[in-house]
Amino acid sequence: MTTTHSTEVPLQELQQQFDTTIARDQRVEPRDWMPDGYRKTLVRQIAQHAHSEIIGMQPEGEWITRAPSLRRKAILFAKVQDEAGHGLYLYSAAETLGADRADLTERLIEGRQKYSSIFNYPTPTFADVGVIGWFVDGAAICNQVPLCRSSYGPYARAMVRICKEESFHQRQGYELLMTMMRGTEAQRAMVQDSVNRWWWPSLMMFGPPDGDSPNSAASMAWKIKRHSNDELRQRFVDMTVPQAEKLGVTLPDPDLRWNEERGSNDFGTPDWEELKRVISGGGPCNAERVERRRSAHEEGAWVREAATAHAAKQAARAREGATAS
Amino acid sequence: MSDDHVYMTLAEGHEDDSRWAYGTGFEDPLHGVDTTVPEGVDAGRLAADCVALADDALVSAQRLAEWTTRAPELEEEVALANIGLDLLGQARLLYARAGQVDGTGRDEDAYAYFRDAEDFRNVRLAELPCGDFAFSIVRLLVLSSWRLAHFEQLSAHPDPVLAAIAAKGVKELTYHRQYAAEWAVRLGDGTEESRRRTRTAMEQVAPYLGELFTAYDVRGEVVAVLRQVTEAAGLPMPVYRPLPGAGRAGERTEHLAPLLAELQSVARAHPGATW
Repeated sequence: MTTTHSTEVPLQELQQQFDTTIARDQRVEPRDWMPDGYRKTLVRQIAQHAHSEIIGMQPEGEWITRAPSLRRKAILFAKVQDEAGHGLYLYSAAETLGADRADLTERLIEGRQKYSSIFNYPTPTFADVGVIGWFVDGAAICNQVPLCRSSYGPYARAMVRICKEESFHQRQGYELLMTMMRGTEAQRAMVQDSVNRWWWPSLMMFGPPDGDSPNSAASMAWKIKRHSNDELRQRFVDMTVPQAEKLGVTLPDPDLRWNEERGSNDFGTPDWEELKRVISGGGPCNAERVERRRSAHEEGAWVREAATAHAAKQAARAREGATAS
Repeated sequence: MSDDHVYMTLAEGHEDDSRWAYGTGFEDPLHGVDTTVPEGVDAGRLAADCVALADDALVSAQRLAEWTTRAPELEEEVALANIGLDLLGQARLLYARAGQVDGTGRDEDAYAYFRDAEDFRNVRLAELPCGDFAFSIVRLLVLSSWRLAHFEQLSAHPDPVLAAIAAKGVKELTYHRQYAAEWAVRLGDGTEESRRRTRTAMEQVAPYLGELFTAYDVRGEVVAVLRQVTEAAGLPMPVYRPLPGAGRAGERTEHLAPLLAELQSVARAHPGATW
């Protein structure tokens, strides 16, 4: 696909045009020439992001049928539905680069493409719904708001819409926790327990430390990515600390303290071995998450086949009708 | 940085949460509405009607929620959730109305979480397990056609609140019926397997049609829809052979109690909690 224009315009010139677009902070659009590496990196990142939205429906989706009030049920149902919608926008953005949704889904269920490690943790209590909203959607916003200025147009535009909805989800999560903290002692304990379980995995959502992030440099140069993993992680910590205070929970890090000199919080080192383990399939729920996605996909095969067959029959009938008349 | 504005301001200004969190700040969904029961309307009967219609909607929404993360395609994830959310919304308004007119002042959660299976009045078709996609679609087709026809009648109800809830629901149910009808045709016409599954679903739904037609006088409308769809799909009409009893009279299948046990589990495990 990258060579369609090259019969007319020399490669060097195309590369130069591309570089100028990036340097001027302009957007690369689907019909523009782009280097293979740029296209591949984007497909990989957008697909992983789409997979994360779809797999990310599972941990919270577990609670829709059990949400303890009709209002919370409606909020959660709508949120999980939004995630399916985000998956759709993102798969569509990947398709503008020549990828195919069905193929990307195959890669996901065969374990050839990854999704965010955070969704491999379990959700044993309803407080997890609130903490996921607060931490996980919060971290996602930190990661994703800069992507609204990503150099690839369709991705950047999808991110604008996604970020608006994510910020809504985050508010809802935090509001649930505020309500629970005003409730019974058991509810407050449930919130603190959930915070303890999700804090470190949430810090890992920003990826490995900068020195150990193999894909970051190219993504930064191409302006697919705008900030380093460590920068975003620091920003997340600094924003979350006052929110935790207001909520009345303790973040489970003995090394967490304000550093006057840096004007930032110092914090402990996440267990990078755990991150590696979870990314490579050894997290608490990796197998069941992929298995659920696989079984939904396989059990739905006859439905998709029926839709295709019906469409083909309709088209044939239309042709026959046209010939007959 | 300004681009993280939303996150940075999270801990500030919680007085106006209603701006942010869907559903928050609306403790009373009928706030500001004149809730006086008009003269000539039997309040007990009105409350019972609202509860029965709310139970249909809540139980259906619960079954639709079970499709989440299991739907055959992402578009269906979105659509089934959308329909579930509409029905959940209808249930909430109807419970709220029931609580106002039955003299108990109960809120929506009291009806949903603190009644047992024998107190529910939904039609039995709503509580049957999801089955496969064909069964869920055929059931949705039947229930949405039935509810739509009845809501059209109710939009002229002497109680203005029920009439308004019904009028809002008509728009939603029109879409639900359209969605289900399109899929029923696709599945009926599609492949050997989809045709077989859809035909089976029609047979499974048939015994539960009787109590729908006993509850409301909408048989003509529902049969007309089913005839149109089965014709387009090349399927036979379901044979009308009603099962005795009725969910509206409190008779249940074995499936409602486990559905409610799940729905009510967290709420009942934490008495005195606020969510």
